[in-house]
Amino acid sequence: MSTKNFLFVNRKAPYGTVYALESLEVVLISAAFEQNVSLAFIDDGVYQITKGQNSKGIGMKNFSPTFRALGDYDITKLYVSTESLAERGLTVDDLMELTYEDADDDYAEKPSIILVNREEMAAMMAEQEVILSF
Amino acid sequence: MKYTILVNEGPYQHQAADSAIQFVRAALEKGHEIFRVFFYHDGVNNGTRLTVPPADDRLIQKAWTELAEKHGLDLVICIAAAQRRGIMDADEAKRQGLDANNIAPGFRISGLGQLVEGGIQADRLVVFGD
Repeated sequence: MSTKNFLFVNRKAPYGTVYALESLEVVLISAAFEQNVSLAFIDDGVYQITKGQNSKGIGMKNFSPTFRALGDYDITKLYVSTESLAERGLTVDDLMELTYEDADDDYAEKPSIILVNREEMAAMMAEQEVILSF
Repeated sequence: MKYTILVNEGPYQHQAADSAIQFVRAALEKGHEIFRVFFYHDGVNNGTRLTVPPADDRLIQKAWTELAEKHGLDLVICIAAAQRRGIMDADEAKRQGLDANNIAPGFRISGLGQLVEGGIQADRLVVFGD
């Protein structure tokens, strides 16, 4: 089966609706198909990868640790909108430290999060072949 | 052109299913191919045969079933999303020890791999959702 550039666009907060959780389920499946997978976080989607999430009080499962596993699935490109962060009073320091081990560089640990502005995000999207928006 | 369609919203609550049906009809009329229609999130609710809208409203599930029967469309409901929301075929209901099923004719239940495969096989994947 051929390999395509897949992009999952995450636009919604992690709780409140099920979009974020079910999006992550497709992301993990797509890794099994050995596709070139990237993720984008825009709008309230940036909240999905904030650190220190505690969902106990609302009776929902905190699924944010799953993002830490993405590197092991060779999903190493997580594009985060700088405007979406700024609009919400967030900085990169509020995000989880998501990393992967680069097999081409003696398994050096490298950051998966790539901060991009809207122009760069648009250019990255133009490179994609399959875009799923959740 | 070969299309895969993703429907992420349930019927009546949201216009996504109506728009998807209209898109599929228009694409088929123009001679395009629909590789697969995949139902995810609340979109799985498009596939229950138990919807009974008022007489003057459109019949969304029947529109899908008719498209499937007329054009051989592959209508696939995500199993994980369906289990959360109570959309069952006979086999799955039996496996879960449930006393009923509700899947509409023309639909089938399968895994998320069918969506990823749809993205790989089609020229375009079009998402209908919120």
